[in-house]
Formats: sequence, C-alpha cells, structure tokens
Amino acid sequence: MPSHHFSQISKLATGITGFDAIARGGLPEGRTTLLAGSAGSAKTVFAVQFLAEGIRQFDQHGVFVTFEEAPADIRRNMASLGWDIATWEAEGRWVFVDASPLPGETEVIVGAYDLGALLARIEAAVNRVGARRLAMDSLGSLFSYFENHVLIRNELFRISAALKLMKITAIMTAERTQEYGDISRYGVEEFVVDNVMILRNVLEGEKRRRTLELLKFRGTEHQKGEYPLTVLPGQGIVVIPLSAIELKQRSSNTRITSGSLELDVMCGGGFFRDSIILVSGATGCGKTLISTEFAASGAIGDERCLFLAFEESRDQLTRNATGWGKDFEDLESRGLLKIVATYPETMGLEDHLIAIKTAIDEFQPSRVAVDSLSALERVSTVKGYREFVIGLTSFIKHREIAGLFTSTTPRLIGGESITEAHISTITDSIILLRYVEMFGEITRGITVLKMRGSAHDKEIREFSIDATGMHIGQAFRNVTGILSGHPRHVEPQEIGRLNTLFIDDEV
Amino acid sequence: MNKYLLKLYITGCTPQSERAISNLYRICGEEMPGQFEVQIIDVLQSPELAEKDRIIATPTLVKDLPPPLRRIIGDLSNVERVLRGLDLEQTNG
Repeated sequence: MPSHHFSQISKLATGITGFDAIARGGLPEGRTTLLAGSAGSAKTVFAVQFLAEGIRQFDQHGVFVTFEEAPADIRRNMASLGWDIATWEAEGRWVFVDASPLPGETEVIVGAYDLGALLARIEAAVNRVGARRLAMDSLGSLFSYFENHVLIRNELFRISAALKLMKITAIMTAERTQEYGDISRYGVEEFVVDNVMILRNVLEGEKRRRTLELLKFRGTEHQKGEYPLTVLPGQGIVVIPLSAIELKQRSSNTRITSGSLELDVMCGGGFFRDSIILVSGATGCGKTLISTEFAASGAIGDERCLFLAFEESRDQLTRNATGWGKDFEDLESRGLLKIVATYPETMGLEDHLIAIKTAIDEFQPSRVAVDSLSALERVSTVKGYREFVIGLTSFIKHREIAGLFTSTTPRLIGGESITEAHISTITDSIILLRYVEMFGEITRGITVLKMRGSAHDKEIREFSIDATGMHIGQAFRNVTGILSGHPRHVEPQEIGRLNTLFIDDEV
Repeated sequence: MNKYLLKLYITGCTPQSERAISNLYRICGEEMPGQFEVQIIDVLQSPELAEKDRIIATPTLVKDLPPPLRRIIGDLSNVERVLRGLDLEQTNG
C-alpha cells in the first residue's frame, strides 16, 4: 500500500541488486520512469529484469510491452540470464503485449488516429495477470513508425496517466544517440515522465564501462552521480552502490594479531578487528610475507581467512608460505584458509568486485588479505579503479572483517601509488615497507604511518626476513629522508637538537 | 462469395471511430459494391483480437483478403489514398 505521508511518493523495491540502495528504496511507486540509454547499454535487460525480479522476489506480476524485439527473441535472449519467461507466462505471472513490427508489411496512414488500441491492450493485459509492474521497450521504434511525434508524445502521456490510475510502477526505455547530451531522442522526458534514469556504456581508455545515473526522481530522494554496473550471466544487472553503502558498522576495539608480534607492538597492540590495513611497498620488500603472516595467524583464534591473490599462483603462494614456516595446505584442509588466485585480466573490475563479494559471502571469513590490490589497477581506468577500491573497502567494513590490502609502489625506493592516493583516507592503518640504501647496502625498513584510533610506534625500523618469517629490529638512528627515498646520515648532535623541537606527547 | 474481407479496429464509440466506419462503408459501397464483408472490432470489447493482429493504433483497417495483407491506419478520410492502400487504385480510373 502506498503511504500518503505528507504526499511523499513511496518507493517500490525493484529487487535489482544494488539498485534499490542508490534509488533509496527503489522506483517511485505507481509512476512511470524513463530509462534512456545508447545502443548496447542494457536497457532491455534492465526492463526485463525489473519484471523478472518482481515475479521472483515479490510475487508481483508484470506486463512487458515490446515495440522492437519479438517476444520469442526476448524469451530466448533472456534465458541466458536465468529468466524463464515462458514458464512465467504459462503461470499467468508475465504477459507480453506484442507491438513489434510485422515483418514485410507496409502500413499506410490515412487521416486521424490515436494509440487507443495499445492502451486498451495494456489495460487488458494488466487486468488479466493482476500486474503491479510494467515495462515498455523501447519508445524509439514507436517514433520511427509513426511520423506524428507530437501525437505519439501525447499518447504516451495518456498511457502513463492511465498506468498511474491503475497503480502500476512502470519503466519506459528510450534511445540516446550520444552518451552525454540530450536525454533522449524525441524529447520523451519533457512530456511524459517525472523520473529519468540514464544507462551508459562508455569507452574510456580502451575499456568499456557501464554506468547508471538517476537523473531525476521528482519529489523523492535518490543518490546523485553515476554508478558502475555489470551484467552477469545467471544474475543480470548488478549495480555497485559505492558511496550509497552506509558506514554504519560499529567500530570495534577488539584487537587481532597481525601475525607478527613485533608488528603488533608497533601498532599499539595489533590491528583492530574491523579495520582496513594498507601495506605499501616496492616489489619484493615483504608485502606477500606480511599478507601470509596475517592470513596464517587467523588460525590461532580459529578465524577463517580468505586470501585473494592477483599476482602469484596458488602453488607459488603455498611454496612461499612454506619458506616462511607457514603451512597453507594444512590450513586449507582445516577450512581455516581459502586461497583464490585470479589473474587480473580475466575479467573487468566490476566482475572482480562481485566475485570477491561472492567469495566472502560463501566463505564467511573474519580476515581478508588481498595481494596485491594494485595489480588490479592495470585492468581498469583510474576512475573505475577508484570506484572498485571504494566498493571493496565499504563492503569489507560493512561485514566487520579485517582487510589487509597490499599495494606495490612503482619505484623501488620511496614513492607512492595510485592505490595509496585513492584509499589512504578510507584505510584505518597504513604500513609502509621501504628499501633503504645506507652506506652502499640495501636493507628493509618498516613503519606504521597511520593507525586510526590508537597510539603507535612512529619510528622507522629495520627488518629482516628468514625461514621463520619477518623480524623487526631497531629503529634507524641518525638517518632522515627514508620515506622520500633519499636517506641521509645525520650527526647525532643534530638529532638531539631536532628532538627538542617537537615533543611528542601523544603516546 | 465476397471478394474483400475487411476488418476495422476501433476503440470505443468516439467521433473518430464513427468517421472511420462511415468513410469505410462509403468507399466500399462505391468501389466494391456487393463484393465486401466488413467486420467492426472494438478493441475495448475484444482486446485479444487486437493482440492477435498486433494493433497499436486505432482506427486500423486490415485487409485479410484478397492477399496481400494490407493495413491502413487512420479515419480513412482520403478516399484515393485508402484505395491505393487496398491495391484498388486501378479500378478508380
């Protein structure tokens, strides 16, 4: 039942994954929403899915008015997405109004006409199955069929008014000729509907990126901006809500071990149970080692850890772990560890994100290690990568899981990466690993740059790696400029003078 | 046996519907006297027939026989164009 609380328009949950979050509940109920998009932007999929999810999740029946594709084609094309339209038709839950062009027939227009027949068929179909939802796909064909566009716009307005009376929540799709410009051809949005959404399929840096934008939802709240989406076999459209995910998770004071006692001490007693930790460093300086120790140490408290590897194969990881005294095979056989090794290039970032979410939902880990997050940079645009990182971080935080991400810096000494720039504000802790060249020798340095909500060691310490793992030693003394990549030996007297300049009373 | 089998789809008894009906009877009476059978179908009464013939606009005249199948949309106010649409223009001289 629609509520009439301060004449606020209620929303109808579509059931399309992620969509209802950005639309603050769903589509305006009892209204018609225009879905505009260029060719190949998945308009038809969205329209079909709107009805399919209604049937599957809410037992709301639907009417599909097709102006373009024949019902037989739609049934066949949508079967691959897991929707068995023919069965729903047989069950009286789905009905087509077939307004697709008749093959090889010419029509002549002589004198005045209207779309009364279409409206009568729609009304009959709605009554026949008791529909709550309706989709019309797509208006462009209607306009190319009938020359009198003013009349067609008026008739569409009449149809949407009739749908409103019948309390039907509807989607009309319309073509766009360009991704950024007029909302739709034939100006449907100005005359017919109050609500407009835009689907895009943009070529950006040689990569296709699908997005959805809620342009206007008259009189109701919704999220602004473009949201990435993907179309998955067996699932259909999945919208990735990003910022719409509320950061409502509790902040925990429970500490967990990083896997290294010395690192725990540096972090003021370990990582927080529901925090995101970024480990940044150049290649080979110990990121995989920290991930491995983090993953293996979960087992101490019978916690499950999901290890997502994007750089090394599962065999390599297991071998590395053995070299550091950790038995990954044993942990896996006990169900405490799950390694998922994927090449970044196997799919787009949206699909990676969904695969990761699925893996987390299935395995229910309390720790997630991603080695390395930055490997995924190369399969996406900067914008797409940023959205991916935000989406992944919010998801993990939402589940109150400890997430450890590694990021490879492009330069061996000093430097920062895109990953750092994008997620440093989202992460709770940042650990830097750096090569330090001193007196013609390369050693490794580690420092805790940030530890949200906790005191931590601010020194840069030397560390070494052997067959039992990582060993953190003394702080570098008499050296400055390690992080910038230009270490410089400083006279002890100078250090004494600097120390008196800033007295650190935080600890 | 009737030569022409015609179906006229209308939506309710609107002035537009009535214009189409009278235009059709006049044309048939003048151009094909005694050779036609006309069926008037109100979409509001028989939406399933409109569904079968995929009628979107009304009035729509469908010529089922003789082949080829022809459709004319509108109130049939221009006789010449109706005849052309029905492949009847040659008899119009």
